[in-house]
Amino acid sequence: MFSMDRRKLIKTGAALGAAGATGLLDFAKAWAQQSPFKPEPNATISILRWKRFVEAEDAQFMKIVEAFTKATGVKVNVSNESFDDIQPKASVAANTGQGPDMVWGLHSLPHLFPDKCTDVSDVADYLGKKYGGWVPAAVATGQSKGKWIAVPVAFNGGYINYRISAVQKAGFKGVPGDTAGFLELCRALKKNNTPSGFALGHATGDANGWIHWLLWSHGSYLIDKDEKVIINSPETAKALDYAKQLYETFVPGTASWNDSSNNKAFLAGELYLTANGISIYAAAKAQNMTAIAEDMDHAAWPVGPVGKPQELQLLFPLLIFKYSKNPKASKAFVTFLMEAENYNPWLEAAAGYLTQPLNAYDNNPVWTKDPKNTVFRDAGKRTLPASGIGPVTEKAAAAISDFILVDMVANYCTGREDVKGAIAQAERQAKRLFR
Amino acid sequence: MRGRAFRGAAVFVGAGGEPRPDRRRPGTSEMTENTAGRLAGADLHRPGFYDRLKINRNWLGFWFMLPAALILMLFLAYPLGKGFWLSFTDAKIGREGAWIGIENYEWLGLPWWDDADNVFWLSVFNTLLYTVVASILKFVIGLYLALLLNENLPFKALIRSIVLIPFVVPTVLSAIAFWWIFDSQFSIISWSLRHLGLLDHNINFLGDPNNARMSLIFANVWRGVPFIAITLLAGLQTVSPSLYEAATLDGANRWQNFRYVTFPILTPIIAVVMTFSVLLTFTDFQLVWAMTRGGPVNSTHLMATLSYQRAILAGNLGEGAAIAISMVPFLLVAIMISWFGLQRRKWQQGGQDD
Repeated sequence: MFSMDRRKLIKTGAALGAAGATGLLDFAKAWAQQSPFKPEPNATISILRWKRFVEAEDAQFMKIVEAFTKATGVKVNVSNESFDDIQPKASVAANTGQGPDMVWGLHSLPHLFPDKCTDVSDVADYLGKKYGGWVPAAVATGQSKGKWIAVPVAFNGGYINYRISAVQKAGFKGVPGDTAGFLELCRALKKNNTPSGFALGHATGDANGWIHWLLWSHGSYLIDKDEKVIINSPETAKALDYAKQLYETFVPGTASWNDSSNNKAFLAGELYLTANGISIYAAAKAQNMTAIAEDMDHAAWPVGPVGKPQELQLLFPLLIFKYSKNPKASKAFVTFLMEAENYNPWLEAAAGYLTQPLNAYDNNPVWTKDPKNTVFRDAGKRTLPASGIGPVTEKAAAAISDFILVDMVANYCTGREDVKGAIAQAERQAKRLFR
Repeated sequence: MRGRAFRGAAVFVGAGGEPRPDRRRPGTSEMTENTAGRLAGADLHRPGFYDRLKINRNWLGFWFMLPAALILMLFLAYPLGKGFWLSFTDAKIGREGAWIGIENYEWLGLPWWDDADNVFWLSVFNTLLYTVVASILKFVIGLYLALLLNENLPFKALIRSIVLIPFVVPTVLSAIAFWWIFDSQFSIISWSLRHLGLLDHNINFLGDPNNARMSLIFANVWRGVPFIAITLLAGLQTVSPSLYEAATLDGANRWQNFRYVTFPILTPIIAVVMTFSVLLTFTDFQLVWAMTRGGPVNSTHLMATLSYQRAILAGNLGEGAAIAISMVPFLLVAIMISWFGLQRRKWQQGGQDD
């Protein structure tokens, strides 16, 4: 990790003379002149971020870092960590008071230690005013007790991926927008031997994504706004019933699936409808599997009995620790990153993997350049925070990590438990967590 | 977590082999008898306390032992003690917990309680099933292989080294290979059977609870057999041929040769090798984590994987530690059985075997 820092640092320094994004540099210099956030003199800041999905995104991010360094003289060390490792590292940093100045993590990370996070309300207000306001899920996750403790930088959307020909052969124009129609589609797909399938194993992203849509769209939530456990409800029973009917249409083996299983099966032509990020489509294009790339499209999650979109999309909030010696430089960096001149190309480079939390970026060309990307534009608007209708806390994040709800649905769908038993088991675990 | 529990066992095993001060030369009143050489001159001044620490044989033993003891304390005893302590707190990752007594254990409950933690007890069941079945299979196959390899085969050395291959491959790599072999869509087994016309659908290897357990046990056995086979083979080669000659002269057939000559001589090695095998199987983590992550619906969660999921992924260090510490009694029982049941000390020392 440290050699990485050094290498990046040297690269950043060595690139000083090199040509490159001169436009970006001009903007950076002008920006540094008039920005309300002035870095401390001779500041060095470090940032711990999640490991990229797409190389182009990472490259664009490092360009922004370079431009920032050249314009302000602030050195920026960037280190990457896999999703699972960020939270433990950030927790230790918060606890010991030393480590990176900034952590760019997942879901409700800043809520693990809200008092250790610098108040970034000024940054959030500045950006919100300038760029059309924040989407509600970003506000819920970014704020704690009315103060912003992190800047939500982007969402990672997950949506229905389907083969156009299979859906048409099943007698549908596209993926129906309601849960009842969606079940009909999956049944018809099964009948045509072009089945659908959603991960029911311990797949952190895929399984949690569709299970939370399933429950929330039926009005079934783990906790209410006072953190009372309310999973034992008639709505949950209805959602489970729906899940079982859906499960009967799945390709066999979904109970063993992890996050990569559906990608493989879809690309191999064994799976015709699933839920995923844009990665299947990106892989199909990258590997020249044009037949699949042309025959596939994305669709939003159907709306259930609740009557409005209820999705769980992954949010990446960026926090600044209070112990940082250079909070102003850190704030300047976050602001710089989210300015249109930087954010727009970065979002384009991410090719649909990432979605903006600020409304003004809705007209970024990435969403219209390829109409198959468009669905992902609304990920930030259609999602609830990770806690559903409850307050965003570390406990909500722990419930997701421990697969409480995934196991509940899997227990019922695979016939290990009846409705009561499956709900009781989840309720018991949740009550322990939210006591 | 896995490491913690296993380290606990290692401390226990280590206790028997702890270096002791050298007592082969019981000290007489003469200090020269009891000091290690090089004392400057034969002068009559009595060594001071500091000199004793430097040159006394008993202390010398202590000094030699010290680095090893410190390493054991630092890397084995301390983590085990810390894990034990954590299991009585509500510690979360990155935060000190408060003492909550046995609440973590109460939460896991006992199997006959109505409100016991089903997932935990399922993991206990899985772990026992996994350990017992895999260990027995590994022993039987390993012993058979060892006997086979002990025969005069052409290319003996080559065959013996080939047998070791599964043991040499890093576990995660073989786990990923098995994950593909047992994939629900792309399994080579399903594919072959389908192309032979014996099946019309894929076998749901890892998606059905019992199939998933069988697949994991198969992978574990595949990986564990070489270790047992090679160790037992080493044991077999220490058996003096004259014993077989004598037995044959007495009219023993092949089975009797094995039962009354080979097997008794092998028992101490079997005890050691099976202890290790049981411990390693009981604390297995990588195979399960790489292949199923405890699924489908927790039916392959071992205590080690559940502990990891709860402690590291969900952040509840206290509860995870309680699960890890719950492995210790099982491990102790396993060690006791093999140590006192199989290793016949009296017989080994030439005494009567009763």
